[in-house]
Formats: sequence, structure tokens, C-alpha cells
Amino acid sequence: MGTIPGRRLIISLFLIFLLLPIYWLVNMSFKTNSEIVSTMTLWPHQPTIENYMRIFTDESWYSGYINSLKYVVINTVISISVALPAAYAFSRYRFLGDKHLFFWLLSNRMAPAAVFALPFFNLYSAIGLFDTPWAVALAHCIFNVPLAVWILEGFVSSVPREIDETAFLDGYSFPRFFVKILVPLIASGIGVAAFFCFMFSWVELLLARTLTSVDAKPISAVMTRTVSAAGMDWGLLAAAGVLTIIPGALVIWFVRNYIARGFALGRV
Amino acid sequence: MDKVVNQKAWFLVLPVFLVVAFSAVLPLMTVVNYSMQDTFGNNQFFWNGVGWFKELLDPSTDLGERFFASLWRNLIFSAIILAIEIPLGIVVALSMPREGWTVAVCLVILALPLLIPWNVVGTIWQIFGRPDIGLLGYTLNHLGLHYNYVSNELDAWATVIVMDVWHWTSLVALLCYAGLKSIPDAYYQAAQIDGASRWAVFRAIQLPKMNRVLLIAVLLRFMDSFMIYTEPFVVTGGGPGNSTTFISIELVKIALGQFDLGKAAALSLVYNLIILIVCWVFYTVMTNAGAERPQKEGAV
Repeated sequence: MGTIPGRRLIISLFLIFLLLPIYWLVNMSFKTNSEIVSTMTLWPHQPTIENYMRIFTDESWYSGYINSLKYVVINTVISISVALPAAYAFSRYRFLGDKHLFFWLLSNRMAPAAVFALPFFNLYSAIGLFDTPWAVALAHCIFNVPLAVWILEGFVSSVPREIDETAFLDGYSFPRFFVKILVPLIASGIGVAAFFCFMFSWVELLLARTLTSVDAKPISAVMTRTVSAAGMDWGLLAAAGVLTIIPGALVIWFVRNYIARGFALGRV
Repeated sequence: MDKVVNQKAWFLVLPVFLVVAFSAVLPLMTVVNYSMQDTFGNNQFFWNGVGWFKELLDPSTDLGERFFASLWRNLIFSAIILAIEIPLGIVVALSMPREGWTVAVCLVILALPLLIPWNVVGTIWQIFGRPDIGLLGYTLNHLGLHYNYVSNELDAWATVIVMDVWHWTSLVALLCYAGLKSIPDAYYQAAQIDGASRWAVFRAIQLPKMNRVLLIAVLLRFMDSFMIYTEPFVVTGGGPGNSTTFISIELVKIALGQFDLGKAAALSLVYNLIILIVCWVFYTVMTNAGAERPQKEGAV
């Protein structure tokens, strides 16, 4: 129905194209460095988990993962909690400057991180948040809050307005209506928005690297620095890379049925 | 259904306004401040008026030359990846299985590249493309092609483009898939009864339904490719020479590398302005498309 000829072949080829580089990374992460450099093998002939062990036992490595997860979680919580009421307001009401405000939010989602790197550095140094997860979490709000508002607005709009009206007639106060009725109704939307906040905060490097130095250094920054200092330890680099893919792969599984709609910002 | 006018809604929007204002307006004011001044270190600043902007927009100066070169490079890059990713994304979306467990598998694999930290995407392709240890580089060189993204400009560009196609085509495909999913079966049945060809089905049913998501796809892909930084930075470092130095890379070089605050700030503002204008164009088109739609098809 509405399909094109050779679709199995096309989708298979495309998925192989997507998986091949990832396979190569996984493959390398199980090899010893001498095997990587000396021979070209399609699978590890002397499989080793040495690279992974080094990451799990060395604090400078695994603390990077914890630091990353910290600011990602803080950012997701902040983004969703401020975006929820705003999404409701945009979906239900007209108010002074609503369209301009919406556009302004959208434009911030598109603002290049490179522009903000330096001023953020000054700002967060000045208020003493530099090198804490809070600095990165707040900085990532610039693109995640608008995104969350966008996605949630789409989901709130799909809830019929009669439900609000009935609830208010039944004597629900606004906060109670919000928590007891609206939030459960758009639970999947909140999940999708949280997923996207998680995702964009997790993949960002420029701001995360600029706003941290020692204590809150994210894994992506640990990767770049440790590797260049120790020469090229390809196996270790590959193992660290594989470990950054896993959290993403896990969360995708939970939202797989909503991914497409979420990417359309709740607007299909 | 018209929305109710209610100024109290501002209270609901206030938290978002404050958070975004704190992290967008405040830093932007710092940038404006820097862009008008010059510094010789020691935190001493001198008024420089619009000097930096004049220099930036004059291609005969060093700064202007670098700006226009990287802008031009970035526009070409964006054009190429849009030309590849949009049609490819549509084809992939049309090839998606309709039902069964394969749908979930396809969706998860498609979304996978999107969830990989951008520097790891760079690392993956850096390794994959290396002639000595990478599958791609090794294979190409053994087929007799002299492929080396470190020293050859064309190879560097090809690598950065293929990497971006690998990274982001899934986004376009997922968006189109979401659009396709919203088409009721009745449409296809009607087309079948009319004896419509496959091409006609695509032109008359599928493409119009994908219009809106395609617009979002083009917007997101253009914006994100226009501010691309991490992936090419990891793979090529902006080289060989300056051949893959896009605007963001140039900007970070000036700001954090040379600490030329005034120049970087002026560049930032012009950069932001370009993005704002493009954004506004898309937003207008999008809201207009949204406004027309309910009238044509009844309530959505």
C-alpha cells in the first residue's frame, strides 16, 4: 500500500550503511591495540575486555559518565517543568505577544552554540557556577526549553478543550486540573519531550566542554583529552565511544512508538 | 476553534520566559557589548563603535575574508546535504515496512545515529575512514582509490558530507514516516479504485501529506548544518588548510583560540542575524501552511 518497488532492498542497504560504522567501533573496542594497528580483521581474533575494564576501574573515566548524566538529568527536569505550563498557555490562550514569544523561543532553538560559548563562560564564572553540572544544565536550556515547549504544545493541543471545561465545571482548581487530569493525559507527550531533552543534552559537546574544567567534566571531553595525552589508544577510545552509545540506545527502545511523532515536534 | 484571549496566561509562560531570557538575552547583551569594544588584555576595554562590523563585512580585510569564505563554504555544505538527505529520507520513509516487528527494529536502528554524542560521531568516522585502521579507508585504498581525508580536500569534504548523511538522514526519514503514517488507508483504496499509478499516489496523496513535516525537516537540517561544529572539527579539524572550516569552527577559533573578543562578538551577531532571518521566513511559511490547512480539511 503506497510502497515503492525494491523497498526491502533499499531499507536493508540503508540500515547496513547506518550500522557498519557502529559495528566497526564495537569491533575495535574488543581488540587489543596491537591487533588494531598491525592487522586488518573484520572481527576481533583475540577478543579482550581490557579496554572496558580500564574505563570501569579508572575514576577519571567513569566519573565522566556520571558528570554527563548529572547535567542531562537536571536539564531534562528543568526543561519539562517550565515548559509544561507554557505549552498549555500557548495551546489554549491568546495573549499579548504570544506569536512573537513563540517565534523568539523557536529562534533560540536554532541559535548556534558557538555564539554562546564565550558569554556563557563569562556569565557562569561570574555567578560561581562554572565547572558544576548546573552550569551545563542551565546552558542547555537555551535549546531544550524551546524544544520541549514545541513538542508539548503539539500534544496539549491534541487534548480536546471540552475536557478542561468539564473539569473546571466540576470544581477542579487550575493546579489540581493540571496535575490530576492534564498531565496523565499527555503522559506520552511528556515522555517524548523528556526523551528529546535527554538526547540533545547528551549529544552536545561544545557548551559542555567550555563550561567545565575538572570536577564536572563530561565524558565527551574526557574522551578528547585523555586520548590525545596518552597517544592514540584506539581500543580505549572505541570502548569509550561504545559506552556513550548505550544510554541513547536504551532510551530509544522505550519511546520507539513515539519517536516519529516527537521528531515532528508533536505536529503530524 | 478560536483560542480564548486571556492575559493571565503570561503567568504560565513566565518561567519559560525567565529561564530562556537568563540563558539567551543576558549572554547576547555581553556579545553586543564586546562587539563595540577593543581590548589589549588586562580587562581594559576601549570603545570601538562599529569598527569590527565594518571589518567583518569588508572582504578585503583578513577578518572579512575569513568570514565570507567560511560562510560560503557553509552554504555550499548545507545545500549539498539538503539535496542528498531530503530525497534520500523520503525514499527511506517510503521503504519502511508497514507492520510487524520489523517496524520497531527499523525505527530503533534509524534513530540510533541521532542519539550518539556528536564528538563520538566524529570519532566513529575518523576511525572508519582512516586508511590504516578504518574499514572504509582501507577498502577504498585497496580498490585503488587514493583516499585520505587528512591531506586531500576533496576526500575531506566527501567524508564530512557522508558523515552528515549518515548522522541526519534518519531525522528526515523519521519525520516523513510520521507524515506517511497519518494517511488513512481509505485514501489508498480510493486511489486503487481510480487505477492511479504509483507515481500519481506519491504526487497526489503522499507528498501533500508530508508537506508540513518536510518543511520542519528542511528547517531543522538547514539550521543544524549551518551551525555544525563538533563533527567536522573532530574528523578534519577544519582542514586540510581551511577547506572544511565552517562558520562555527571559524568563530570558535577567533573567540576561544585567539581570544579576539571584539571580532568574535561581531561575527556572532551577524551569524545570529542570518539565522534569525532564515528562521523567520520558515516560521511565516509554516504558520501560514498551518492556518490554511484546517479550512481545507476541516478540524485537524
